[in-house]
Amino acid sequence: MKAKIYITLKNGILDPQGRAIQQALQTLGFGTVGEVRIGKFIEVDLCETDKTSAGNTIKAMCEKLLANTVIEEYQYEILEAN
Amino acid sequence: MNIGIIVFPGSNCDRDCAHVLSEVMGQTAQFIWHQERSVQGMDAIILPGGFSYGDYLRTGAIARFSPIMEAVVEFAGRGGMVLGICNGFQMLLELGVLPGAMLPNRDLSFICEDRYIRVENANTPFTNHCEPGQILKLPIAHAEGNYYTNPVTLSALQANAQIVFRYCDREGKVTSQGNPNGSLDNIAGIRNAAGNVLGLMPHPERGAEHLLNNEDGVYIFRSMISALETHKAPQPV
Repeated sequence: MKAKIYITLKNGILDPQGRAIQQALQTLGFGTVGEVRIGKFIEVDLCETDKTSAGNTIKAMCEKLLANTVIEEYQYEILEAN
Repeated sequence: MNIGIIVFPGSNCDRDCAHVLSEVMGQTAQFIWHQERSVQGMDAIILPGGFSYGDYLRTGAIARFSPIMEAVVEFAGRGGMVLGICNGFQMLLELGVLPGAMLPNRDLSFICEDRYIRVENANTPFTNHCEPGQILKLPIAHAEGNYYTNPVTLSALQANAQIVFRYCDREGKVTSQGNPNGSLDNIAGIRNAAGNVLGLMPHPERGAEHLLNNEDGVYIFRSMISALETHKAPQPV
């Protein structure tokens, strides 16, 4: 199985990179651009067959290492096929 | 005093710390490779600055799981003195030994320059040779020094005098201009509730010698040594 993990700064925490890109997009003429948030995308291959078990493993990885929950939040999806 | 300096892959201020401790302060500095599992015999531990593990994922996030860290946390837990400088401060945050986290600098740049910090608490093992409100000029060198914590923790830090250093201007005023990186409440260094662990972003080891035209860092090392002479680190039973 494959897990796709998305890590972003929590709402309310200033994201200077996102703000810089927002300003760049607006300067380029994309007038409809609102807030931009930058995050991390991580793909993990897992030797698991059970989707629930894989989800629990990924959640533990996020809590322990992949995300710093003081400032970040995470979402993930588990895909059956590689 | 025997002071252990933990060396991680990517540490680059370990030798500066050892030089100051031995050549300037007349102490014994010992390097401890991060794969070791014991800090026995050490009176204090320094987590030095640098780019451990290339700052991959987040600063300090991987170093935090180095084998030696269990011994460092245990040492800190029984009252041992631990100083985290720059990347070492980031590790202490990732470990949860100190509260909060580091965000990228407000202006997204790596900042390498001298900055002023004000001693907010002179009654700690790291600042007992400073006057309350004393201004120190020390170099900073980081891209992630923008300290953040939630409002409840910030109130607790303020109430317990855990904010040891705050960025200020040349006159000692804590202003946004004096804040290089956007750090919450101008925080440059905090201690734990028990008071035996300090993390700070500025580099005292890079400004602790007449030759470098800056000796302000000596205040911090001299304070540590005085505190150690009064209370030797507890050894495991």
